[in-house]
Amino acid sequence: MERFLQQVINGISLGSIYALIALGYTMVYGIIKLINFAHGDVYMIGAYVGYFCMTTLKLGFFPSLLISMLICALLGITIEKIAYKPLRDATRIAVLITAIGVSLFIEYGTMFFVKPDPRSYPPMTGFMARSYNLGNLVFSAQQILIISITIVLMILLQFIVKKTRIGKAMRAVSLDRDAAQLMGISVDKTISFTFLVGSALAGAAGILVGIYYNSINPLMGIIPGLKAFVAAVFGGIGIIPGAMIGGYFIGLVEVMVSGYGNSMYRDAVVFAILIIILIVKPSGLLGKETREKV
Amino acid sequence: MVKKLVNTTGNVKWLSPAGKLVALLLALVIVQVLISTNIINDYIFATFVTIGINIILAVSLNLITGFTGQFSLGHAGFMSIGAYTCAIITLRYSTVFGFLGGVIAGAVFAAFVGVLVGLPTLRLKGDYLAIATLGMAEIIKILFRNVLEDITNGAAGLSGIPQYVNWLWLFIFTAGTVTLINNFIKSSPGRACISIREDEIAAEAMGINSTKYKVMAFVTGAFFAGIAGAIYASYFYFISPDLFGFQKSIDILVIVVLGGMGSLSGSVVSAILLALISTYLQSFPELRMIIYGVLLVVIMLFRPQGIMGSKELSLSLLQKWIQGIRRKNGGAA
Repeated sequence: MERFLQQVINGISLGSIYALIALGYTMVYGIIKLINFAHGDVYMIGAYVGYFCMTTLKLGFFPSLLISMLICALLGITIEKIAYKPLRDATRIAVLITAIGVSLFIEYGTMFFVKPDPRSYPPMTGFMARSYNLGNLVFSAQQILIISITIVLMILLQFIVKKTRIGKAMRAVSLDRDAAQLMGISVDKTISFTFLVGSALAGAAGILVGIYYNSINPLMGIIPGLKAFVAAVFGGIGIIPGAMIGGYFIGLVEVMVSGYGNSMYRDAVVFAILIIILIVKPSGLLGKETREKV
Repeated sequence: MVKKLVNTTGNVKWLSPAGKLVALLLALVIVQVLISTNIINDYIFATFVTIGINIILAVSLNLITGFTGQFSLGHAGFMSIGAYTCAIITLRYSTVFGFLGGVIAGAVFAAFVGVLVGLPTLRLKGDYLAIATLGMAEIIKILFRNVLEDITNGAAGLSGIPQYVNWLWLFIFTAGTVTLINNFIKSSPGRACISIREDEIAAEAMGINSTKYKVMAFVTGAFFAGIAGAIYASYFYFISPDLFGFQKSIDILVIVVLGGMGSLSGSVVSAILLALISTYLQSFPELRMIIYGVLLVVIMLFRPQGIMGSKELSLSLLQKWIQGIRRKNGGAA
């Protein structure tokens, strides 16, 4: 039982990271119906920005977190303006191919500049190196940090989406873009803002994964990006609480498969879950069935 | 250049069927002579093999993505099935018949997996299908790496696979694939596939069983991807699960998109072009992928139809093109 609870703690920590990435996927999909393949790479850039802030600039964790969120937000907007905005009326396959192109460009561009070898984050100091015991369960300070930062960011996101004007605009555009435009909402600005928020969350996830797993490399975004996408689909793509639930679910499943089965199979299990959801209930856990109209 | 001429003739209307056959045979013989006189050395021939494999892969993916409109990101998965099947068979039965049996078994096995995967997933639309096929390819990779470790030698891969692929077999399989897929597209099921790409709902309203034809295109594509994998295994001695990852699927997609979704000759031309580029950039693998990335974005932004659009290379197209240039020059003067 203790072992199980310990796995749950690990699963929630990993799930928090997936949930942060999945939120960006789900918001972008909700608003322009695009699987933003480059999203996993924004997360990778977040990890690298955090790394350089903490090593070269010798900044603390929190300033590094803010800087990496900021830079990722700018990167997200840039990607949107250059690659996706001109294709607003193109077919979805065309935009998807563009997204794959952007993703390749960021991955290998980064590899070109920072070299392909993995780098390790600086060792944690002060309170972040500690761990706390509760009975026989061990919480590392990093896990507590990851979980609490994720919760704060999620509350902030809920506040932005539900209570602010721009959040209202986001919801309106994702519901019906044309109608929103007729109501005087600037669709382009709203889409850019969505990319900004999603990418900032991915940047946060990047630096959190850096302090948690300690090792980063230019292709680290591919698999977590895909898994976060699975999480978003599981919860119902386009639905923000769905992405959170999906993220924690995928994190838990992965940790359980590694803990009780064979860690080699964890990727296969996640993809198998994806295929099963897509076959059984493509709209996801919280999604509603929509009929296609001619 | 000889090769380009050879492979495009498979689907070009500028020659009568007999003329095509003569042109194909001529190309076969000329290259064979060049190889035996060592003008085409092993290094150049390896590029030929890469081109041949890429043509088979691109043409078969084009059938799924370009002609039927089903966006698949798992083509490398089918390739790996063909590669492993052929490798395992030829390692046991090291004869030409073992090789041919391996190629056919690999293709059939890939097609079989194509049915298993296609039936449930082809109900999905567009980007969902892309992710599902991607997931499928990852699962196949993990199967080869971890589950079937006893026969596939896990992550270390299989090496010392007997080499049976020579110019003759490469030529037969490449030209054969292009011809067969070209014929498929010209046939009634092929036209049904194209109508599904244009508008699935309208096609269904016209009485086309869209699931049936989507699965048919998917399975045919998987079959030929299996052949390509088998040739790869039999020429390059060595295969490992990581050779057939997401990266490989993207490589194939780039060829199809650059050549034009819905143009077989476009796929052939761009397979040759990209093979030359990647041979040239062999020592800078990162730069190659950066170029691929930029290429995808730039094509989609400025010429989403690719080099050829949905047209095929033909004499009349060439004529129109020359006339267009003349007219432009005339207008300028």
